[in-house]
Amino acid sequence: MDFGRISRRHLLQGSAALTLGTALGARSAAAADTTIGFIYVGSRDDYGYNQAHAQGAAAVKKMPGVKVVEEEKVPETDAVEKTIESMINLDGASLIFPTSFGYYNPHMIKMAAKFPKLHFEHCGGLWSEKDPKNAGSYFGYIDEAQYISGIVAGYSTKSNKLGFVAAKPIPQVLRNINAFTLGAKLANPKATTQVIFTGDWSMPVKEAEATNSLIDQGVDVLTCHVDGPKTMVENAARRGAMVCGYHVNQSPLAPKAYLTGAEWNWEALYPKFVKMIAAGQEIPNFYRGGLKEEIVKVSPYGQAVSAEARKHADDIKAKLVAGDYVIFKGPIADNKGKTVISAGTERGQKDAELEKMDYLVDGVVGATS
Amino acid sequence: MTSGVADPAEAVAVAPAADPGFLQRHGGTIEYILIPGAALAGALGVFGIFVALFGKNPLDLYFYMYYGAFGTWFSWQNTLTRAAPLILTALCTALPAQLGMVIIGGEGALLIGALAATGAALLVQTAPPLVVQLVMVCAGMAGGGLWIMLAGGLRQYRGVNETISSLLLVYIALAILNHLVEGPMRDPASLNKPSTREIGAVNMIGSIPGTEVHWGLVFGIVAAIAAYILIYHTVFGFAARVAGGNIRAAKIVGLSVGRLILTICFLAGASAGLAGMIEVAAVQGKTNANLAAGYGFTGILVAFLARQNPLAIIPVAILLGGISASGGLLQRRLGLPDASVLVLQGIIFVAVLASDALYGRIGFLRGKS
Repeated sequence: MDFGRISRRHLLQGSAALTLGTALGARSAAAADTTIGFIYVGSRDDYGYNQAHAQGAAAVKKMPGVKVVEEEKVPETDAVEKTIESMINLDGASLIFPTSFGYYNPHMIKMAAKFPKLHFEHCGGLWSEKDPKNAGSYFGYIDEAQYISGIVAGYSTKSNKLGFVAAKPIPQVLRNINAFTLGAKLANPKATTQVIFTGDWSMPVKEAEATNSLIDQGVDVLTCHVDGPKTMVENAARRGAMVCGYHVNQSPLAPKAYLTGAEWNWEALYPKFVKMIAAGQEIPNFYRGGLKEEIVKVSPYGQAVSAEARKHADDIKAKLVAGDYVIFKGPIADNKGKTVISAGTERGQKDAELEKMDYLVDGVVGATS
Repeated sequence: MTSGVADPAEAVAVAPAADPGFLQRHGGTIEYILIPGAALAGALGVFGIFVALFGKNPLDLYFYMYYGAFGTWFSWQNTLTRAAPLILTALCTALPAQLGMVIIGGEGALLIGALAATGAALLVQTAPPLVVQLVMVCAGMAGGGLWIMLAGGLRQYRGVNETISSLLLVYIALAILNHLVEGPMRDPASLNKPSTREIGAVNMIGSIPGTEVHWGLVFGIVAAIAAYILIYHTVFGFAARVAGGNIRAAKIVGLSVGRLILTICFLAGASAGLAGMIEVAAVQGKTNANLAAGYGFTGILVAFLARQNPLAIIPVAILLGGISASGGLLQRRLGLPDASVLVLQGIIFVAVLASDALYGRIGFLRGKS
């Protein structure tokens, strides 16, 4: 993708060298290394979705011969197309990670078609046969980690009331709520999960209101699925409730209240991708996995987690890592009494039916619409 | 806002004509270039100091800003792509400003315009592409126009402050968009990113030949020129400015102020609605929450920096497009956070508004005063 870059550089040197010699010196260092671009939809220190990806980028940065460029707060419009092109044209990037769900269609697909020799890896698990072959989309079965959080929460609650602050009633979120609740019920059959949907991914005011309102109703352990769990974690800890984190480890925000959490493990996956490309291996276009594949992980237990809870959670975690445990195993009824997974049916990690989830399981207090 | 309405031609006309020296004939025009230019230079200077405080070289900063915004053909296209929607959304604030109204709800009109255009396109999807596109233009403009006309009507007939009502209408528009996109208009296949169905690749309006800048730029420039002619060279525009200068005097001379307000508000909303239509027809191909990218809000900034002059909106939109285009490079090369671009925009905004006080006070431009 070097077309034009040399001539531009000469042109620029001609016009700018007189006044801006220092800048050019700083700029020319890029060429030798492989340059990898990371694009985030929010700020990369949000203690949430974007920070998880930035941690992955930081792990790549430590690899030899690799240069990482990052851009945050890029909206899911043609701005991301321009950011991708800018990383390619101006920085010489040959592998791009557009990490937000909405970057994929049409933006990343368009760029992958335009630059067929470069690699694109998107977070969301959206690739289908009609998409360019140099485009990939990966995702993690983080509901497995939420299930472990649910077990810990089930042991830790005294009121038997758990709370879940959620963004939108879409399949990925519902799957987390349901896995968390099934985990909690496994540990504590009396536990229920009260869910509040805020309506969007980053709504700090509504998230704080939801947190307070849940605690006012007697909830004493909370978790969430929003882009930045910071608001929920800090508010819940201030009110004396316990929390299970999401996206990254939020224990620095609330060391005493933090029980455990469902985390992405991008710092394991991204260096692996870079190594695979360097070795000439093909990354599957559709790449997914859970605890076993080390795409997700569970936060270390906080001090408030009992020995009994640790043992049960570790036991299930070991089974999930071994790949012989199914979370969504019939009979499962939704919270309106309808059977959604019949007795004898096991819906494993990769079951496509789970991708279409539109219900809340029995034990969840709340509605999808 | 009428004091902010700037028309070079008129300024020249009212300049004292006694001594026909160059400065006195063109002093007004020079003033309209010199003062904002100086304000901009001052703002860049202050931003340079701000960046220096964070240990970065201001010369690097200026170089990368130039390089990322205007330094290469790619950078120019990046800048112009980002400027395109801003011209149209800025008109949504600048047109009502001629009547002394402060409308800040362009974002809402953009969303409603996008929804209307998408809905219309899906209804006539099988028609020839040109027909579909024309229907989308009409629907987008009508949707956005009626939306801002609502704020105008509330002001004229119910005495509701149009600034507040137009802002609140943004949130209503967003709620309507989310409701329709997640409900009646949802494409069942859009599982984790609720969206409408796509309008179809053949119905997209594409790029200006020889570039990757979409046609929205041309729409914007044509609309800005049309708005300029309407305001400064037609009886209707004259009537609007009279009403903006003194609403009582306008009523006394028999102007239909109500009709003026509704018409201007419709045209203003239609501009923003057109921006929404273009986002759908040139970029996204469908409607979803991605459309709420803040173009409507940046448009307010553009309109004020252009001192509500429709023609001045074009260069100002390109300037802000350039700042946003270079923002990515500042993040990547200098490690500045995304918010630094907002800091720069804020400094420019304050500097340009503060420089308003200088008009007519620079002695050598006005001869003796």
